[in-house]
Amino acid sequence: MSAAVLAVEVTSTWYLVLAAALFCIGMVGVMVRRNPLVMFMCVELMLNAVNLSFVALASELGDIRGQTIVLFVMVVAAAEVVVGLGIVVAILRRRPKATADDLAELKG
Amino acid sequence: MELFVFICAAAMVLVGAIGVVVRSHPVHAALSLVLTLFGVAVLFVAKEAHFLAAVQVIVYSGAIVVLFLFVIMLLGVDNVEDLRIEPITVQRPLATVVGIGTLALLVTAVVQAQDSVRTGSGTGIDEAIATGDPDSNVRQIARDLFGDHVFAFELVSVLLIVAVVGTVLLSRRPDKSLTSDGGRR
Repeated sequence: MSAAVLAVEVTSTWYLVLAAALFCIGMVGVMVRRNPLVMFMCVELMLNAVNLSFVALASELGDIRGQTIVLFVMVVAAAEVVVGLGIVVAILRRRPKATADDLAELKG
Repeated sequence: MELFVFICAAAMVLVGAIGVVVRSHPVHAALSLVLTLFGVAVLFVAKEAHFLAAVQVIVYSGAIVVLFLFVIMLLGVDNVEDLRIEPITVQRPLATVVGIGTLALLVTAVVQAQDSVRTGSGTGIDEAIATGDPDSNVRQIARDLFGDHVFAFELVSVLLIVAVVGTVLLSRRPDKSLTSDGGRR
């Protein structure tokens, strides 16, 4: 690897572009997949993309508040996963093979 | 060196994310998610967010993914989803087009705006790092969290309690002794 390649500076723009790519992959996953568990995982991917851009901009601006917000996002994501998985468990216990297409009505 | 770290972590993140979307087995998808989360933790370290990197590994990889795996194994839904079945015919091409379009929009916006970000205009992460204090990141986050955002912090604790109680109510089996009197609860 030559010195010119090593001298390339990794700016925040790289991180933001990576976060955008991660967000779009997660978005496509939510739209394409039908297993509710995998859809939850794709939502986690999108949340991580947002966290990554928060941290990149916090470092770029030299402001710690971006990292504090990421902490809050993580807590809310944990709460969301707990409630969401509770609902998924309740649904799949009634209908073991349910996919997102079968869940058009709320009444069990 | 920074370039090398970024490329490795970015490859981890993207490979894991694509794995989550395309693997048909839910357990494989969850393990790909672990790869992505570790890559994001590496990027957090590269961006001087050491405390968040630790929290990322503990909360996401340690708790959330384990919760996913527990649910997969508890319910026995680890059957392979046949990805060739396409219930709505235009769904996948449309989703791909929307995804690529959003990516193009976001990348254009980021690249256009890269010169307008006011570098170092905040209250200073770099100063604390420059002083050589190894705990500076944790100390700064603590000062901000328990100073300016203490009310939001308390609200988050209420949210966690509500989530725990709600999940216990949701996943509890209906009590036979209470429902025997004509289904009244």
